[in-house]
Amino acid sequence: MNLAKLEPIAMQKENVESLSNTASLSSALLERKNQAPGRPDYIKVSNFSFNYVPAVRVLHNITMDIPEKQVTAFIGPSGCGKTTLLRNFNRMNDLIDGVSQEGKIYVNDQDIYDRDLEVISLRKRIGMVFQKSNPFPKSIYENVVYSLRVSGQKNKEVLDEVAEKSLRSAALWDETKDRLQDSALGLSGGQMQRLCIARAIANRPEILLMDEPCSALDPIATAKIEELISELKQSFTVVIVTHNMQQATRVSDRAAYFYLGKLIEMDDTTQLFSNPSQKETEDYISGRFG
Amino acid sequence: MSEAKQKIGGSKRGRSAPGEPMVWFSGMWLAIGILMIVFLLSVILVNGVSVFWPKNVLQIELTDNSKAAWKESKYLAGEVRKTQERQVMDEQGEAIPEIQLFVGNRDVYGFAFQFVDDSDIVKENYPQGILVMERMEYGNMIAYPVKLQLADGRVISAGDEKFHQALTAAVDRGNHRRDKISHIEKGEIGDVNRAMEQHKMELKKGELDGQDVEKIKLAAEQEQADLQEKYEKLAAEATALREQQNEEIFFYRLVTGEERSVSVGFLISFYYPNQLSLFGKLGHFFSRGWSFLVDEPREANTEGGVFPALFGTFVMTLIMCILVVPFGVVAAIYLQEYAKQGLVVRVVRIAVNNLAGVPSIVYGVFGLGFFVYMVGGSIDDLFYPERKPAPTFGTGGLLWASLTMALMTVPVVIVSTEEALSSVTRGMREASLAAGASKWQTIQRIVIPGGLPGIITGMILAMARGAGEVAPLMLVGVVKLAPTLPIDTVAPFVHLERKFMHLGFHIYDLGFQSPDSEAAKPMVFATTLLLIGLVVVLNAAAILVRERLRRKYSSGAF
Repeated sequence: MNLAKLEPIAMQKENVESLSNTASLSSALLERKNQAPGRPDYIKVSNFSFNYVPAVRVLHNITMDIPEKQVTAFIGPSGCGKTTLLRNFNRMNDLIDGVSQEGKIYVNDQDIYDRDLEVISLRKRIGMVFQKSNPFPKSIYENVVYSLRVSGQKNKEVLDEVAEKSLRSAALWDETKDRLQDSALGLSGGQMQRLCIARAIANRPEILLMDEPCSALDPIATAKIEELISELKQSFTVVIVTHNMQQATRVSDRAAYFYLGKLIEMDDTTQLFSNPSQKETEDYISGRFG
Repeated sequence: MSEAKQKIGGSKRGRSAPGEPMVWFSGMWLAIGILMIVFLLSVILVNGVSVFWPKNVLQIELTDNSKAAWKESKYLAGEVRKTQERQVMDEQGEAIPEIQLFVGNRDVYGFAFQFVDDSDIVKENYPQGILVMERMEYGNMIAYPVKLQLADGRVISAGDEKFHQALTAAVDRGNHRRDKISHIEKGEIGDVNRAMEQHKMELKKGELDGQDVEKIKLAAEQEQADLQEKYEKLAAEATALREQQNEEIFFYRLVTGEERSVSVGFLISFYYPNQLSLFGKLGHFFSRGWSFLVDEPREANTEGGVFPALFGTFVMTLIMCILVVPFGVVAAIYLQEYAKQGLVVRVVRIAVNNLAGVPSIVYGVFGLGFFVYMVGGSIDDLFYPERKPAPTFGTGGLLWASLTMALMTVPVVIVSTEEALSSVTRGMREASLAAGASKWQTIQRIVIPGGLPGIITGMILAMARGAGEVAPLMLVGVVKLAPTLPIDTVAPFVHLERKFMHLGFHIYDLGFQSPDSEAAKPMVFATTLLLIGLVVVLNAAAILVRERLRRKYSSGAF
């Protein structure tokens, strides 16, 4: 938790200067972060509050850092705001009328509520997997390459390559390679969710957001996806919302406990589950509450 | 568990669960509704199909003082169309049974139908040799053949074994010549006339534009002379053919004994009704049904086919769809996807729903006032000043009729499209947006394909309404008899300004505007059946497409 704090204004300035060159930015960042223990932060949330309708505040002054290429789990009882926060990272909450927010969220040191930032380019950098798997009523192939199609990619070879790579990464290639042109709706529930993961990573995003990805799946499918998450963190920064604490211990490196819209505690997963510093956290993870 | 259930059931014996009678009550109304539809359809089907079935011709001998007799003759022959009781009873209060005969030969009798009391009939039989002939005028002829006089003066009597063959050949020749005449007059002479008209228009246009009129006139006159020459040649050819039509003469004898003759060119087809086997009747049935579909109408539409009306209805419905579907879908997309849901959108939605309930004649009047007179009149002023005062677009036509129908059906399309779009789940939209698609890309790639079955449902409803409408069309372009089809081989091929025929109006015109409604009745049924058939075919095609799409885009269940 004692990671280097950056001056937001200075960072914004730097941001504008190097927006076009994220590579040099991240290497600069890497250099600075190397001094700090652990991995560099990828998502930084500072004093972030969020309201649905002006009167209903669902997130209160959240400040947290999410490290790069690790799995961060959000846990907490229903309605505690963990999904809302997750959906703010790619600004999906923009779709809801009457929302407002205070504070900042930085993704790779870029303020995502910056007025110059195009929300579409942000979403292209962030993949998302939803609670209920939602494959498009198209073929498996078209589902996977959807994000490339909307970016205007027409080269068949590139698309084929991406489709295979993504499906392999999502551990779905062997099951679907012979029926890529079949409807995605013919897959099983677990396959559909893995397809959604393949779709989310097709664009090589920097971050993968997962909103209770296993809540509708059986234990076998869940195990597959968990295994997949552990592999995916080699390449992506993963943030996962889960109700299942065993799952959180199994897959995540860091965990954050939310309660009533507040971030109660965030620590390394092993630390949080074995030796929580807050009473509420302990109550929740030990099952006395929630 | 089942025992417990039985117990509960047993304790309630004699009493039904609350609301149980409502099941029966509501079911009953549905059954009545379905029954009425089935009854209506079967009446139309039976009457419409039986029109083409060749009926046997009954010959009867009448009592001496029968009122049904024609002049002094005691004989009548015809197809039995109805067997019923007279509406007025006799003095004893007993019913008088009677039959209605289609006796044909309207040119001789002055009537085509005759009611005969059963008591007036002395003898009846089905003569083998009697002949039914379809003619260009006066409806069918029912008579005995006597002889055929060929062009070279040879005479073949009806007893001759070659008679049937010779008559068939002669009638074929006549039909062939008639086609040729029609081709010359409508096609080739039509082309010449169009070319002449073109010159006149160019001249007039030149005058209006202030060009060197003399020069144009000189050039035009030369060409005009050429065209005139061509025209005269063609006209002479047609006249010669017409004369040939009268060279062969068919002699026949009515059952009343009177002998008459008719030019073979006047005949279309013939058959011996009482000699036909079942297969013969079937063949006749299909050939008549076919000619009903592909022929042009004759005799104020009461005879012949309905092809122009069928074609006009089809083309109008198609153009209407092309106009209404994009319009309605785009409007619905804005309402559903882009517009900020609030008071204004709610009011717009209510207004759209109410538009669907506006009487169609109001649309007709609006179409006439706005499209025909205002828009059409302006088009004429701008683009066709040389044709004035004759209107081109400033009068009812296919385009205006289609536009009026499109306007009338657009609420249906908007409402069903909105419903279809809203049925695409939030999850789908979010998945697309999260993948970096813009709102429009999401609509284009996810929402519209997902809503397509519903959009097509809207199109089906619009088609059914548009194809069946009559009242507004009468004001904006439908006519009793259109000389040309709206789509033909003359450039620019699709003539949106032309007036056209429509099955719905055809039915109205046949049933209620023709001089002999009794004679037109079979045609009314057949045309009604055809209109229903057309709507069914159009809908079936759309449903087929929809089902295919639905299978493709159906949302998956776990």
